[in-house]
Amino acid sequence: MNIIVCIKQVIDPEAPPSSFRIDAATNKVMMQGAPPVIDPYGEYAVEASLKIKATQGGKITTISLGDNLLREVVKKPLAMGADELVLLEDEVYIGGDSWSTAYALAMAIKKVGEYDLILCGREASDTNAGQTGPGISEILGVPCVTLARKIDVTDSTARVERVTADGYEVIDVPLPSVITVSNEIGEPRYPTIKGIMTAKKIEPVIWKPSDIGVEPFHVGDAGQRTRIARLYQPILEGECEFAEGESPEEAGANLALKLREAKVL
Amino acid sequence: MAEYKGVAVYCELTAGKLVPISAEGLGIGKKLADDLGQELSAVLVGSDISNLAQETVTYGADKVYLVDDPLLKDYQTDSYVAVMQKVLNQITPRILILGQTDVGRDLAPRLAFRLETTVTMDCVELAIDSQSKRLLQTKPVYGGNAQAVFTSDTDPQMVTIRTKAMTPLEPDASRQGEIINIEAGVEASAIRTRIVDRVMEEVAGIKIEDAEVVVAGGRGIGSPEGFGQLEELAKLLKGAVGASRPPCDNGWVPDTVQIGLTGKIIAPEIYIAVAISGSSQHLSGCSGSKNIIAINKDAEANIFRQARFGAVGDWKKVLPAFTEKIKELLAA
Ligand SMILES: Cc1cc2nc3c(=O)[nH]c(=O)nc-3n(C[C@H](O)[C@H](O)[C@H](O)COP(=O)(O)OP(=O)(O)OC[C@H]3O[C@@H](n4cnc5c(N)ncnc54)[C@H](O)[C@@H]3O)c2cc1C
Ligand SMILES: Nc1ncnc2c1ncn2[C@@H]1O[C@H](COP(=O)(O)O)[C@@H](O)[C@H]1O
Repeated sequence: MNIIVCIKQVIDPEAPPSSFRIDAATNKVMMQGAPPVIDPYGEYAVEASLKIKATQGGKITTISLGDNLLREVVKKPLAMGADELVLLEDEVYIGGDSWSTAYALAMAIKKVGEYDLILCGREASDTNAGQTGPGISEILGVPCVTLARKIDVTDSTARVERVTADGYEVIDVPLPSVITVSNEIGEPRYPTIKGIMTAKKIEPVIWKPSDIGVEPFHVGDAGQRTRIARLYQPILEGECEFAEGESPEEAGANLALKLREAKVL
Repeated sequence: MAEYKGVAVYCELTAGKLVPISAEGLGIGKKLADDLGQELSAVLVGSDISNLAQETVTYGADKVYLVDDPLLKDYQTDSYVAVMQKVLNQITPRILILGQTDVGRDLAPRLAFRLETTVTMDCVELAIDSQSKRLLQTKPVYGGNAQAVFTSDTDPQMVTIRTKAMTPLEPDASRQGEIINIEAGVEASAIRTRIVDRVMEEVAGIKIEDAEVVVAGGRGIGSPEGFGQLEELAKLLKGAVGASRPPCDNGWVPDTVQIGLTGKIIAPEIYIAVAISGSSQHLSGCSGSKNIIAINKDAEANIFRQARFGAVGDWKKVLPAFTEKIKELLAA
């Protein structure tokens, strides 16, 4: 079983909102005082791949596209148990949209060559798009199942439980295929000390656009079909009225009284 | 090259009915079509659905494109993408609107890549740029920490819209519309996936999407028993119980009651958040609530920046007293 997992380096979505800043001139985001992390849903996808490898054996290759990728960040999946790391690392890859990103990733996957399963996160924590997985499937011409909460692989089929609004559906999909992974798959495991040591020794393979047969005008900024006109922080208008009290119990009772006074209740 | 004209709305169905977001899509679609001085079309795909065409007309559609075929009874990516590709090649709309539902999340990106155009997912605001006449697509990014306004270079300009972000028109039975049938033209063999089962995780009582009052708990609740106390308050207020993601991940409550960016989007009259920190991803799902009330032991918690009323303290002490007082007030 050859599994490819797409992993993005992102600013930490769990960092306090107060450390989040936008530079209006460049429409770029900065996170002060919190280092980047691997995209949380990508991490769930790594966890899914490790669960499959545990029963099916095989090899897990992770691919990250970006620039200035921190090795301790993009190597985390290796420390968790993945086998190989491909980096599409170059400044021309950045500033792209779903099209240019999915296209470059699909071309890199073609170059890897052997794959049974391609896993992505259901959505990245920065774009909140959920387009890369379906996009890759469309470009490669393989089926795709989104929002997986469970994946069971037997021979050449994956049985996927897919999250729906009121439960889930069970879908059989032939391999190779793309599956996007949701958090219901289960908490990602922690890297072990042994894993961290192994990851240190693995050298990432770095591919430039020419290595994957992609023209520069197809990637990053130049390859995008979506433009960003404006990026801004919505203002939280909330002026919270606190219920006071000598004790928490009193505060609780006073909160009820306040709601009655304001005719909320 | 085809001329792209008009606005089309993909109207999602479930159990033989339009889902609410279809009317919301037609509502904003009508506004955009009027701004452009062009027509609004509804697209309906399914099996045995011709009775629904007129309903989309009452919500504003000038034309209804109907693809009715037994093979389309269930949403399956391969068949629906193929059918939608065919329909869109025929109507070539300038704008296509879908809902950010479990179907929209799957269908919209696949269809966009198939049509070699773009889609902006989860839009909360749509408008026509007065100069360029292109669609301004506003969507939250970074989990709601920021909003981005996108434009697209290609047609159709596709978007999905967030639940409850747009207002439907009042249905008007006197509206007239033209109904056009389109052959599905799909073969069963083209559908590569197979649906084996569909499992409902029903929650007893009122659904959180429909409730006027929602009492939600976060990681700080700590156990399923803790949620029992929230249930008591919800019952008293004839509401429903919801949660942030951690209680769902921990199995204290079913996944279907998760509120937020990747859960349910709700807009009740009263939202009571207990031991929830107020991450931007969570607030995405409840910021439309009329009154947010928060109980948290941390006075600096982000939830208090959105809340109208709050109490600081351990919920195990605050909540019973709060519930007791409400009981008293309601009885009086
Ligand atoms: C792409 C993406 C999508 C996501 N989608 C969602 C989503 O849809 N919904 C969602 O909820 N999350 C979502 N998350 C997760 C989100 O980032 C937060 O991790 C999550 O919302 C935190 O939940 P919480 O507030 O319950 O927990 P925490 O942030 O851990 O907060 C717990 C709170 O409880 C308080 N507390 C603890 N004990 C007590 C006590 N005894 N009395 C009173 N207060 C107490 C603490 O002060 C704290 O404020 C998403 C994340 C990503 C990256
Ligand atoms: N630059 C990238 N490098 C590697 N994987 C990515 C990249 N961008 C997106 N992905 C994958 O696609 C998923 C969804 O991203 P998005 O479509 O941006 O919401 C992520 O969770 C990743 O698995």
